[in-house]
Amino acid sequence: MGNHSDGSPNHSGTVATAGQNEVEKFQDPGIPPHRLRLADTDPRAAKKAERQVALLFGVSVVGTLIFLVAYFAIDLGGPDSSIATIRLQNALLGIGTAFAMLGIGTGIVHWAKALMPDHEVSEERHAIRTEDDRQAAVRIVDDIVEETGIKRRPLIRNTLLGAVALAPLPALAIFGDLGPRPDDKLAHTMWAPEDGKLKRLTRDPDGTPIKAADVTLGSAFHVIPEGLNELSEGKLNEKAKSVVLLMRLNPEELHPSPGREDWGYNGIVAYSKICTHVGCPVALYEQQTHHLLCPCHQSTFDLTQECKVIFGPASRPLPQLPISVDAEGYLVATSDFHEPVGPSYWEREQHVLIPNS
Amino acid sequence: MSSSLTPDAPVFVAKTSGGRITDFVDQRVGGSGILREFGRKVFPDHWSFMFGEVALYSFVILLLSGTFLTFFFDPSMAETHYAGSYTPLKNVEMSVAYSSSLNISFDIRGGLFMRQVHHWAALLFVASVAVHMLRVFFTGAFRKPREMNWVVGGVLLILAMAAGFTGYSLPDDLLSGNGLRIIDGVIKSIPVIGTYISFFLFGGEFPGTMIISRLYTLHILLVPALILLMIVMHLFMVVVHKHTQYPGPGRNDGNVVGYPLGPVYAAKAGGFFFIVFGVVAIMAAFFTINPIWNYGPYDPSPVSAGTQPDWYIGFVDGALRLMPGTIGDWKVEQIWFGHVFTFNVLLPALVPAGILFTVMFAYPWIERWITKDDREHHVLDRPRNAPTRTAIGMAGFVWYCVMWAAAGSDLIATHFHVALNDVTYWLRALFFIGPVIAFIVTKRVALALQRKDREIALHGRETGRIVRLPHGEFIEVHAPLDEYKRYRLVGFESPEPLPAVPNEHGVVDRKEKRRAALSRWFFEDRVAPATPAELEAAHGHHAAPEPIETIEAAESRKTLSH
Repeated sequence: MGNHSDGSPNHSGTVATAGQNEVEKFQDPGIPPHRLRLADTDPRAAKKAERQVALLFGVSVVGTLIFLVAYFAIDLGGPDSSIATIRLQNALLGIGTAFAMLGIGTGIVHWAKALMPDHEVSEERHAIRTEDDRQAAVRIVDDIVEETGIKRRPLIRNTLLGAVALAPLPALAIFGDLGPRPDDKLAHTMWAPEDGKLKRLTRDPDGTPIKAADVTLGSAFHVIPEGLNELSEGKLNEKAKSVVLLMRLNPEELHPSPGREDWGYNGIVAYSKICTHVGCPVALYEQQTHHLLCPCHQSTFDLTQECKVIFGPASRPLPQLPISVDAEGYLVATSDFHEPVGPSYWEREQHVLIPNS
Repeated sequence: MSSSLTPDAPVFVAKTSGGRITDFVDQRVGGSGILREFGRKVFPDHWSFMFGEVALYSFVILLLSGTFLTFFFDPSMAETHYAGSYTPLKNVEMSVAYSSSLNISFDIRGGLFMRQVHHWAALLFVASVAVHMLRVFFTGAFRKPREMNWVVGGVLLILAMAAGFTGYSLPDDLLSGNGLRIIDGVIKSIPVIGTYISFFLFGGEFPGTMIISRLYTLHILLVPALILLMIVMHLFMVVVHKHTQYPGPGRNDGNVVGYPLGPVYAAKAGGFFFIVFGVVAIMAAFFTINPIWNYGPYDPSPVSAGTQPDWYIGFVDGALRLMPGTIGDWKVEQIWFGHVFTFNVLLPALVPAGILFTVMFAYPWIERWITKDDREHHVLDRPRNAPTRTAIGMAGFVWYCVMWAAAGSDLIATHFHVALNDVTYWLRALFFIGPVIAFIVTKRVALALQRKDREIALHGRETGRIVRLPHGEFIEVHAPLDEYKRYRLVGFESPEPLPAVPNEHGVVDRKEKRRAALSRWFFEDRVAPATPAELEAAHGHHAAPEPIETIEAAESRKTLSH
């Protein structure tokens, strides 16, 4: 068993180990002699191990019982069931399962390690393939190719190749109705005025309109367009594009670029809440520094510089929503965003109304 | 097969009922050949071989718990108002998918437990596949003839991540919805077809009403079927190749040393399934995972700070965070020919993962080309005995870990009270220099360990016994190793650089020159295994177990000291 005259694998004489055989190496002494365990020599130790294994299997039985009791005795739908009831049941089901499984598992492993024979044995590896098989296989393949005559009839071969190359196309095309064409859907949001009526800015999530007078200096509002909550379908789709952050700063701190001077009102400005990086909501407003921070990837936008990116992976500023007040003093959007909101996409540049540099 | 045709042959009658059942099956399908082949098949034993078993067993647990969950989960994105027993969300508008996930958690006995078992087992599944691959890499188990199985393993890792991701999104809670939002943003950054892929995947604009049911089909049908197929191929190849074994006395490339499958190995491996299940059950019992009821239904407006993806997606998310979107006033996003190239998303999402997986898949062939080693290897390398490979592996591992850490940059900042920006700047620097440092340090440590092995093989182990010699010198007595322990330290190959070899035209072409240069880089720093001659020399001059001999030896050592 395992007594090999030379266990060294370095006999193939390949280039990789050339030079090694020149130096004398240690000989493989073979598998170390087997050492008896306590349970092999002492019947009392063997008996003890046997009892331990049985005890572990017994623990498993107890675990199964715990599980069944927890499942049937704890009533989730009861009048005084609460989160604590669920938590208790979950813990007991888990403990029960754990005991049931670990009891069996540790029992079997202990049995194997303490009582089953632990002689290491050596087995020869066989070659993965034999030369005989290889030659026979090559002959078979040659015969098959020969019998099809595919080499002698290139017309058949070429038309077959062409047909097989084209055949998967329908399998691709049939997925064409997975979704509609994008067209310019990403370019528009609910903020566009409907029939000449400007959309009011309303609070997220209850949809109550916001008076300009309610927006105190330093405050911030999460905003959705008027009528969003009344949509019967596609509400989340519209919300995913139209959510806005509304903040009021000291007007001197804002530095609007030419053409955007009238996009705010008395220092009140509205910016898209959807990050221009990969679309997370830019939900954190640092009131003191006037920075907007995206919690997903930490893109930071400076409100005083028209939400220019000052840190993080976003490349473009947040789009600004032009706002004003209506006759009743409520904030309204004077138009849709002038560029698509959210993450960039291939056709985005064609959907930008006013280049924003 | 032939046994049923020979009624008048002397019939072997099984003595036990188990034997009779075996005989019954054998007469119908001929199983005795299989049993003869596998019943006593030898498997080598080592704790590091269990990672693959953990992966297999957690997959079984995933199938069991997942089947339970499908009986109650409804992947519809139709709107509903919650009417279950969790009062904080009573009457809240949400999707049917989220509502049914809450019902599984709160109204179905054992539902929460099964959800937690499923999620923990999923995390464990990907983790054990990854650790198993690290073990295979660092021990050189991917070498001929196992290159194809290494590739299958890599595919399994990708499939495991795909299974995890599709499952993670199913409850349609706020957290997973934001995860989908990020995926949508990444998809949209793909040039030319990105917008179309996004619309086709979501059935229109994000989030639409299709994505959950589509992910569900992938999660419970397509991905698990592929995983199962790959596992079958993986195990089939394990049987064909037989298992690798660690180096040691009696082990060589021509044999397998270990325990027979029946009963010892089967008992250990089978028992281990129950242990893995038990450990997952403990985690599910005591550690909350993905408390979807805290997050609320998906809504594109809110997001909670400090959100993290499941760990295996972390490295991509971290890479997204590390990439700067602007450098000074220069935007990384570029507009060329009227089209948008979103490099600030495209590069971090595709390039690091692409490099990691490409190098991983190609590595067996790269190393084979450099070393020109076409032999079969069934004996593993101890990581220290392949210093350059180990260093390459550590460099890749550190690179991965830097990106992974970046996915928690906000938590690092809040927990250690450091500026978030500084964390990002440091991680950006480590992204480039971390792997280089890891390579150098690992290689030196591996070489140092090899020298230590050599030292022990030649001079024995330290006994801790300090002896004072008559002239006042203190020495520690070293005890020599027995031949089995010594062979563990000296029984390895230490290849030398392989100079460029001219091809059949007698020319050393440029490719061969490159290979020779890489070979030098691979093997020029080497520690040769100790030889019997060296041991002889060491014994002649050095410490022997008897102190009295040591005294004599001490005199000569002074002149020979190195």
